[in-house]
Amino acid sequence: MTNQKDFEKIERAAARRKTVINAVIYILLGFWALMVLFPFYWMVLTSVKSYASYNSEYIPKFFTLSPTMQNYVDAFTAVPLGQYFLNTLVFTVATTAIMLIVIIPAAFAFARLQFRGKNVLFTLFLSLMMIPNELVVITNFVTITNLDLRNSFTGLILPSITSVFYIYLLKENFAQIPDELYYAAKVDGTSDFKYMLKVMIPICRPTIITVTILKVIECWNSYVWPRLITDNEAYYLVSNGIQEIRENGFGRENIPAMMAAVVVISVPLIVLFLIFRKKIMEGVARGGTKG
Amino acid sequence: MDNRNSKAWLYLLPAILFLGVFMVYPLVDVFIYSFEEGYNSASQTFFGYGIYNYSYVLHDPYFLQAVKNTLILVAITVPLSTGIALLISVGLSSIKKLRELFQTVYFLPYVTNTLAVGLVFMILFKKTAYSDGLVNLLLNLFGGSSVDFIDGPYWAKMFVLCFYTIWVVMPFKILILTSALASVKQDYYNAAKVDGTSRLRIFTRITLPMISPSLFYLVITGFIGAFKAYSDAVALFGVNLNAAGMNTIVGYVYDMLYGDSGGFPSYASAAAIILFAIVLTITCINLLISKKHVHY
Repeated sequence: MTNQKDFEKIERAAARRKTVINAVIYILLGFWALMVLFPFYWMVLTSVKSYASYNSEYIPKFFTLSPTMQNYVDAFTAVPLGQYFLNTLVFTVATTAIMLIVIIPAAFAFARLQFRGKNVLFTLFLSLMMIPNELVVITNFVTITNLDLRNSFTGLILPSITSVFYIYLLKENFAQIPDELYYAAKVDGTSDFKYMLKVMIPICRPTIITVTILKVIECWNSYVWPRLITDNEAYYLVSNGIQEIRENGFGRENIPAMMAAVVVISVPLIVLFLIFRKKIMEGVARGGTKG
Repeated sequence: MDNRNSKAWLYLLPAILFLGVFMVYPLVDVFIYSFEEGYNSASQTFFGYGIYNYSYVLHDPYFLQAVKNTLILVAITVPLSTGIALLISVGLSSIKKLRELFQTVYFLPYVTNTLAVGLVFMILFKKTAYSDGLVNLLLNLFGGSSVDFIDGPYWAKMFVLCFYTIWVVMPFKILILTSALASVKQDYYNAAKVDGTSRLRIFTRITLPMISPSLFYLVITGFIGAFKAYSDAVALFGVNLNAAGMNTIVGYVYDMLYGDSGGFPSYASAAAIILFAIVLTITCINLLISKKHVHY
C-alpha cells in the first residue's frame, strides 16, 4: 500500500517537473518568436501611422487608431520605388533564367556524359566553390567598367549568372537517375539533348525549383554588386533604392514613408516563402549560405 | 569518341566561359593588382611591382579599425548565435504543439532584405530629437539612461551591429540544428532512459556528439560569414562606415574600390587578399579542431 502511494507521489512530482520544464521551453521559444516578429510588426505599424502622428509621439504607441495609406502613396510617388521594383524584377527573372540555361547542361554533362578530363574539370569546379566573392568582385568591377557596361542590366546580370554550388547540387541529383533510363532512351534513338529536356529535367524538377527559389532570394537581396555597378537611379535595385531613400529620399526624416517602402520591398519574398515554405527550408538546409 | 568529347564540352561551354571570365581570371588578376604599385585607374598605368600596397593597407588606420571591428563582431556573434540557436533548437525538438509555427516564424529573417529590415532596427535603436526610440524607452523603464545606439558611443553601436547580425544569421543555424537533432536515432534516447540517465547527461553524452558535425559546420560557416559582414553595417549606419567608425574589412575593400574614397583597386585587392588569408587560416584551425572533437 505504501509502495503504491510512493509511486503515485513520484509520478506526480515527475509530471509537475515536466510541466515546469515545458513552460520554460515555451517561454523561451515564445520570447525568440517575439524578437523575430517584433521588427516586422513595428515596420507595418509605423508605415500606417501618419507623418504628423509619428513625430508627435515621444513615447511611440504600440497601435494606431487612424491607419493611413498615404505613406504607401508617397513611397511610390515621392521616390521611384516602382522603378526600383521593376528593375529588381527584371534583374531577378533574367539572372535566374539565364543561370538555369547555363547550369543545367553543365550539370547534365558532369552527371551523364563521358569525356576526357571530366574528373579533373569537376575537381576544378568544386575548388572554385571556396573562392569568396570579395576576391573576384574587384576585377569584375574593372572588367565591367572597361566594357562600358556600368548602369546597364547586362553589367548587373553577367557576373551573377553562374554558381558552382548549384551546378554541384543539380549534378548530384541528376546522377541519382538510374542508368537504365538513359540506355532505354538511347535504344529508342533519343538524343542526349532531348533526354535532358524530356527525362532529366522533369524527374529533377524539385531540385530545379529549389535552386530557382534560392537564386531568386539571392537576387532580390543582392546589394554589393548592384551598388558598385550602378550610380544611375534608373538602374537601382530595391536594396540600393532603400539605401538611397535612407540617405536622400523623403527628406530623411519621414520615417513612416520609409517604412512603407520597406514593407513593399519585404512583402514579395515573404509571400514567396509562405507559399513554398517546405521547399525553401529544405533547399536552404541543403545549400543555404547566409550566416 | 572525339565526337562525344566535343559534345560534352559544348554542354559545359557556357558555364566554363562565365566561370572563366568572372571567376578564374579575376582570381588571378586580383593577385596581380595587389602587387602593382601606384596603379592609376584613370590611365590604367602603374610604376612597378612590389609589396607597397600591402604595407599601405596594413598601416591605414581605417583598415586597422575595420579589422578590429570585424574581429570583435566575429568573437561575439559566432559563439552567441550558435549557442542561442542550439538552445532554441533543443527547445523546438522537445515540443510538439506549435512547432511548425515556431519554425516558420524563426525562418522569416532569412527571406527578408538585410538592408530593408536594417532600417527598422535603426529606427528602434535610434535616438532623435523628437523621440528616444523604443529601445531607449525600455532602457528607461528598467532604470537605465538613454544611449544613442546609432550615432553614439562605440560599444553601443557595436551592440546594435552584433544584435542585428545575430538576428540575421539565426534562421540558418536553427534550421540546420533542428534537422540535425531530428536525425538522432530515438533508440539512443530510449536506451539512456532505461538506464535512468539524467537529462543533462543525455544531452552531453548523446545529443551533442551526435550533432557535432552540424555544429562544427555552423561554426565554420559562421566564422566565414561573420568575417564578411558588411551589408548589416551599411543598413544600420549608412554608406559612410568610416565616418561612423563601424567599417568592416569587406566594407574597407569596397570603399577603396568605389565611392567617395574609391578608385584604388590595388589597395582593395591587397585588403581582400589579407581578408582571404585570415579567413583561410581560421577555417584551417577550425577544421583541425573539429577533426579532434567531431564524432562522425
